[in-house]
Amino acid sequence: MNKYSYLPNTEADRKAMLDVLGVDSVEALFADIPDKARFQRELNLPKKLSELELNRYFNQLAGKNDNLEDNINFLGAGAYQHYIPSVVDAIISRSEFFTAYTPYQPEISQGVLQAIFEYQTIVCELTGMDVSNASLYDGPTAFGEAAFMACAATRRNKVLVARSVNPEYREVLKTYGYGQNIEVEEIAIENGVVDLNDLNNKLDDTIAGVFVQYPNFFGGIEDLRKLADIAHAQKALFVVSVNPIAMGLLESPGVCGADIVVGEGQALGNNISFGGPYLGMLATTKEQMRRIPGRVVGQTTDLDGRRAFVLTLQAREQHIRREKATSNICSNQALNALAATVYVSYMGKQGMQDVAKLNLQKAHYAYKRLTALPKVQALFTTPFFNEFAIKLDADITYVNRQLLEAGIVGGYDLGSTYPEYENCMLLAVTELRTKEDIDLLVERLEAIL
Amino acid sequence: MRQEKDKALIFELSVPGRVSYSLPELDVEEIPVDELIPAEYVRQTPANLPELAELDLVRHFTELSKRNHGVDDGFYPLGSCTMKYNPKRNEKMARIPGFASIHPLQPATSVQGALELMYKLQQELAEITGMDEVSLQPAAGAHGEWTGLMMIRAYHESRNEKRTTVIVPDTAHGTNPASATVAGYRTVTVKSNDKGGVDLDALRQVVNSDTAALMLTNPSTLGLFEDQIIEIAEIVHEAGGLLYYDGANANAILGYARPGDMGFDVVHLNLHKTFTTPHGGGGPGSGPVGVKADLIPFLPKPRVEYNEKTEEYVLNWNRPQSIGKVKGFWGNFGINVRAYSYIRTMGPDGLKRVTEDAVLNANYMMKRLSEHYDVAYNQICKHEFVLSGKRLKKEFGVKTLDVAKRLLDFGVHPPTIYFPLNVEEAIMIEPTETENKATLDSFCDTMIQIAKEAEENPDLVKNAPYSTKVNRLDETTAARSPILRYTFEG
Repeated sequence: MNKYSYLPNTEADRKAMLDVLGVDSVEALFADIPDKARFQRELNLPKKLSELELNRYFNQLAGKNDNLEDNINFLGAGAYQHYIPSVVDAIISRSEFFTAYTPYQPEISQGVLQAIFEYQTIVCELTGMDVSNASLYDGPTAFGEAAFMACAATRRNKVLVARSVNPEYREVLKTYGYGQNIEVEEIAIENGVVDLNDLNNKLDDTIAGVFVQYPNFFGGIEDLRKLADIAHAQKALFVVSVNPIAMGLLESPGVCGADIVVGEGQALGNNISFGGPYLGMLATTKEQMRRIPGRVVGQTTDLDGRRAFVLTLQAREQHIRREKATSNICSNQALNALAATVYVSYMGKQGMQDVAKLNLQKAHYAYKRLTALPKVQALFTTPFFNEFAIKLDADITYVNRQLLEAGIVGGYDLGSTYPEYENCMLLAVTELRTKEDIDLLVERLEAIL
Repeated sequence: MRQEKDKALIFELSVPGRVSYSLPELDVEEIPVDELIPAEYVRQTPANLPELAELDLVRHFTELSKRNHGVDDGFYPLGSCTMKYNPKRNEKMARIPGFASIHPLQPATSVQGALELMYKLQQELAEITGMDEVSLQPAAGAHGEWTGLMMIRAYHESRNEKRTTVIVPDTAHGTNPASATVAGYRTVTVKSNDKGGVDLDALRQVVNSDTAALMLTNPSTLGLFEDQIIEIAEIVHEAGGLLYYDGANANAILGYARPGDMGFDVVHLNLHKTFTTPHGGGGPGSGPVGVKADLIPFLPKPRVEYNEKTEEYVLNWNRPQSIGKVKGFWGNFGINVRAYSYIRTMGPDGLKRVTEDAVLNANYMMKRLSEHYDVAYNQICKHEFVLSGKRLKKEFGVKTLDVAKRLLDFGVHPPTIYFPLNVEEAIMIEPTETENKATLDSFCDTMIQIAKEAEENPDLVKNAPYSTKVNRLDETTAARSPILRYTFEG
């Protein structure tokens, strides 16, 4: 019996192969490692587990986590819990998809290539843009890649980012920017959206791009048309990070004048999974097509004239251009993009509108009921989608601890990243929450305060 | 001639009025949208998305899956990509609700199991690589490279040193120089010697006070162990530079050598290669980075740590010298769960055996094929080896590309071709340890048959493939006149 499920070579197989090689032992095949570089002891790792023991151990670890299926969740702030149709996991669990590599051999990879082509079309439709890539790591890194694009397109090296953008996105943008010597300056906010005066003051002809979020981190809806006009007056690119679920209701950034649209695609059929893996969407205009980072799939024909799909515009990429590539990214998040494609196709034209409406209505019901509580105030008065900020008279960590005891995962503590919003909480309400869930939150919160 | 027709796009299958989705009725008082959102913010034209009933949709994607080749379908000896079996139990572990359905911003006290898993995986990867600490934040190999170089940059800057160049060998993956550029460095290429290793004299000539780091894959992309690694490390360190280990080929060294012992200062691993997490058709992956003690302060934040006093796992954001965040949240957690499942399944002796079988399989295949193809470097290889198809090209006009396309007719994914760049008509073969001897023999027999075909009937090879759903593609037109999305009629 083999000792390892994943290792088929028996002792007899090994011996037969060693005989062909004319050596006595496998050890001889490691003679090229010099003694000084050779590892001399056993790895200090826990002993192997059978599948049964592994199940037990992993279930025990997972059991130490309060999961969102057993609790009522109001936490969003960049990762959103939505209904995932059963079809999504059934499709992405097909091993022809998930055990394949990047489609370098198109003749036997038409499945994933066509799925990505469909994904690119869906992203263009949702965002109102001309072209999309095959996806990036996640929303924040797509934001960083967009800065490289904006700087290359304008030959400028400074960007402005609104403080109403998710703090994580701003952090990652700064890290990305640092490597490329891109200066990142923040634009102040007023009533939870971009302060237009501050933007006008800071914007000049040295700015490569103006970066905003839509709906923004507080759930508020920025005035994209106005912001696009301001950015374009100085020939800066206008970059918008979107929540794709909101695209079922809100005007698309493309129609409003965006040059680059990025976004976190997780909400489209991907598990929340403690922060990853997700997918970063990136779409742009025809003018910027050849600056796009990462993989892109294009339509072509085979030698018999059949329609077929292939990785294209590869002259931008690292394996061809090496140090002159538009980005160092090598993979996309193909399986997550497939999940998004299946999700959006499943929801379809009407379903994407309906799910957005459910989010809008339920969030506003929660907002209305919560802000009617004596010790709760709305933090801003700007229109919002499915997320909003409230000010409490209490420490948010304390409140959340109390809520969790009642089986409720409370909102995000805004004071943790915005010192001026101490005791403020950001709540997300998706289609998963029922009236009873929301009423329970209101009731509990009232009791805690 | 193939009978296959065009496969419809999902948009072409759409029929107005059909639906798959079902959502609950709104259970709260409905407020007219225009009272909630100003009319100018509301979408005027709905996105043109598919309309299909559920079975039609399932059939469409199932049909697409049948037009794809994965490891479960057949042999996949794609060099440098480590296309090994992706265990089903890993998939099951990642789908446990306590992992799949937890929010990254939940209070740390409510996700102790997830933090514990991350902490232990960090520790175990540090042991496997011989490094002092590991971060799980980078999403992929290239992302890990860039993260590592950003830490190297922060390290030099903390010592008030301005170094501007990163050295890479001519055999390096394309991501190495690209990552160097994105981290703000200029790339200097150093050529290989006639044994496929770094040429020490050439290295001495380019290493100087401007050198921030040397990036190295060991074994190299030629599948050869760099036996002068200790000398290389000395040369770079003496000049004040650091050594970066590209872990793409770590499958060759588990339990046999550790980057940390070889003198490397920073390491990334590709969990989707060595540690069996699925490639997913191009992602998601995970590219953890490990560092030696001197570079710990610069690791991405937050760090997953264990507080012995409170006996709790925590996310520590108080890292003033950190390069910052490189990704949203804490990395590709779902992938890291799968890798941890694999490491715990194999144990220390199992991982060592993985490397032994990977290396044995590769050497066995190289030996069997050496009489029919030119072996680029005729010496012991590690987990992969490189052949050259130059003889077939010169004598029969059959290119390596043709050999690869012909392999498709035998249900095999071709090896990596035309890489590394310093081998003419390169064919780079990595069998992995999860393939049995019969599969290896069958592949070798096929390669030998193709070599024979090239000699006797070259057109047979040049016109391949014959059995795939589509023929070879017109890639030139695709790039010249790009069609990157479906265009709706009317």
